[in-house]
Amino acid sequence: MNDAAVKKLALSNFWVAFIAFILACFMGEYQVLERSGLFPPLESAPVYFASVSTHGVLMAYVLTTFFIMGFGYFTAATSLKRPIWNIKLAWTGFAVTLFGVVLAAIPLLTGRASVLYTFYPPIHAHYIFYIGAALLVVGSWMWCYIMIMMMKQWKQDNPGEPVPLAMFATVANAFLWLWTSAGVAMEVVFQLIPFALGWMDTIDPGLARTLFAWTLHPIVYFWLIPAYIAFYVFVPKQAGGYLFSDEMARAAFIVLVVFSLPIGFHHLYMDPEQAAGWKMLHGFGTFVVTLPTFITGFTVIASMEIAARLRGGKGLLSWIGSLPWTNPMVLAIILSLLMLIFGGFGGIVNASYAMNAMIHNTAWVPGHFHLIFAGTTVIMYFAIAYYLWPIMTGKALFSKKMALVQLWTWFIGMTILTTPWHILGLLGQPRRISSVEYNSILTLAWEPYEFAMIVGGLVLLGSACVFIYILVMTQFKSTESFSGEVEYASTYHPVKNLPEFLNDFTLWNKVIAGLMALSFAIPILQFFFMDTHGSSPWGY
Amino acid sequence: MHIDPLEKKWGYISIGMAGLFVGIIMIDSFIHGIDAPSNVETINSARLHLTKEFAEDNLGVQVDEKGKITVRIVAARYGFFPKHVTVPAETPVTFRWASMDVLHGVHMPMTNMSTMIVPGYVSEVTTSFPKPAKYPLLCNEYCGLGHDHMWSNITVEAKETWQAPSITKTEETGNE
Ligand code: HEM
Ligand SMILES: [Cu+2]
Ligand SMILES: [Cu+2]
Repeated sequence: MNDAAVKKLALSNFWVAFIAFILACFMGEYQVLERSGLFPPLESAPVYFASVSTHGVLMAYVLTTFFIMGFGYFTAATSLKRPIWNIKLAWTGFAVTLFGVVLAAIPLLTGRASVLYTFYPPIHAHYIFYIGAALLVVGSWMWCYIMIMMMKQWKQDNPGEPVPLAMFATVANAFLWLWTSAGVAMEVVFQLIPFALGWMDTIDPGLARTLFAWTLHPIVYFWLIPAYIAFYVFVPKQAGGYLFSDEMARAAFIVLVVFSLPIGFHHLYMDPEQAAGWKMLHGFGTFVVTLPTFITGFTVIASMEIAARLRGGKGLLSWIGSLPWTNPMVLAIILSLLMLIFGGFGGIVNASYAMNAMIHNTAWVPGHFHLIFAGTTVIMYFAIAYYLWPIMTGKALFSKKMALVQLWTWFIGMTILTTPWHILGLLGQPRRISSVEYNSILTLAWEPYEFAMIVGGLVLLGSACVFIYILVMTQFKSTESFSGEVEYASTYHPVKNLPEFLNDFTLWNKVIAGLMALSFAIPILQFFFMDTHGSSPWGY
Repeated sequence: MHIDPLEKKWGYISIGMAGLFVGIIMIDSFIHGIDAPSNVETINSARLHLTKEFAEDNLGVQVDEKGKITVRIVAARYGFFPKHVTVPAETPVTFRWASMDVLHGVHMPMTNMSTMIVPGYVSEVTTSFPKPAKYPLLCNEYCGLGHDHMWSNITVEAKETWQAPSITKTEETGNE
């Protein structure tokens, strides 16, 4: 296997991801400072909204997409034990995606794309922004294609064998992303680009929001799946035990992919352009997609319990103390699961149909997704980086102690940042404001929470800098060499006679096609039969 | 395929929990009538002032012969019009919202009066407020650089002291 080639490819993708991440963290801290109103010279709505738009795009699209691509390539090569199929295409995908990011950055940083990462029309950005976003998606499709081809070829060479779980889940994510991105791709290509170029006089914001909602839910699972992969294939081994159930892991990934797609209208609960019945249908699906997370929680915690008991752990709960808390991967999952429990609770509130009205578009929402995305998900990205960096660079991790401090401070910072953020939402603060201009008694109560958020953000920013420092020092300054390989966890119950539906996606793609038709066909087609009135552009 | 009995049990518990949440949502919707605002009604936002319903002198609070209270408010960068309305407590109030330009959203903190206001569509929310209070009405979707400034006031008055507006019109429909 051409080891060096895949390492270079993976590292390049990871570095783009983490450079985007650290830049965006500085913007995040600036945002909490600016919006608190405690620093009058900082205040500027144009700068603030350019910053939030860039921060959102960097974190939600750049960090994630590049991280997932890099991780996918490395997982494919190491779990299948074969070189990357068509590595030229992989580098083309990298270049196209990066070029898209650079293009989009120009209008973002010059304030001509202050439309936030959701870019809802009829406000529109400079057309270059949408073209950049489209290229980012097209580049990532090349990654999907390579992942799918590699699994297919491996299966041909190993008939009847179970595809290694890590690869199975990676390909699940590739299919998920193809389905997911179709919604926003249709919006960008058929609506936003022609609209921003002035080829179309008006746009239907109802249709645009419907297409965006197609993408907006499953995209969060696209981001989350690498964290789940680490839960299943790295953590049990790092903790010193076995994966409790390989089959249930596959089932969980399948249900995650299938049911995260047809449920996007939980983002439209408060919208006028879709009827209550459709919203409720998508709402039910939203509760179905909690199941794989419940199963994941069970399987992963059971795996850790096996490890702890093998290490001499006893008692109903005191075995938790016997886990190797000083292993970065193990510490990360413990903190990640803690954030998942609280974030999951918040998610149930959001998902609960009419109850959504209490928190919709309030500060609760960014509080929630920072906890579960920047917290639960990204802390696993850190752990994966700490685990893979020595393997990819051949240098020992610069400092394990520093890595542990970094993980703890990320968790603590996230707690300090998101707890007041949730409370602000319950106190009625809208999201996406750059200052508090409301002359109302209620809004005075917001100030102490905004201050706490500044502190949380500072802790996070410090933690993020330490993370980058450790990666840089490991790769470029470490003198100690490292010669380990990736170790995938083995299963407690060996996998015997895996049914084909747990080893293949053909059936599931058909199921998805059916469910998508059921839950989106009429809601989308209605816009072509209703007497709608387009909206005129509001640009920059 | 092997599933551990304990994991199977947990699977049923999980399905039970999800089922419980879905059940509560269905009871709230079908029995208590608590739904998300979803009327799917279109309007020409560019000619809002020319429609009968959202013409300037038709905005604000109205009561029809049957006593049904309707509040019509227009959202436009960067404000809600009219700037101030007063409604009674403990009485169902129907809000009808329309945007004149871009996407907005509106909520009254700590109540379930919340909806997106999508240009081209009329949003409708019916709710009742338990007790008198003064609330801000806040725009909660980014609508441009002046978004922070987009808000207005609503007063919920005791049912007994609330005065219905003197000009009581019949409800107008047909927005063209
Ligand atoms: C240093 C730590 C961070 C701080 C202080 C911070 C702060 C903020 C603030 C103040 C906003 C504006 C929210 C609003 O307008 O309501 C924001 C938006 C956002 N943040 Fe962060 N953030 C941090 C890290 C992250 C991370 C690690 C992620 C994800 C990986 C992330 C993802 C996002 C996204 C997607 C948005 C856009 C939200 C929108 O457009 O409404 N942030 N962040
Ligand atoms: Cu969602
Ligand atoms: Cu606004």
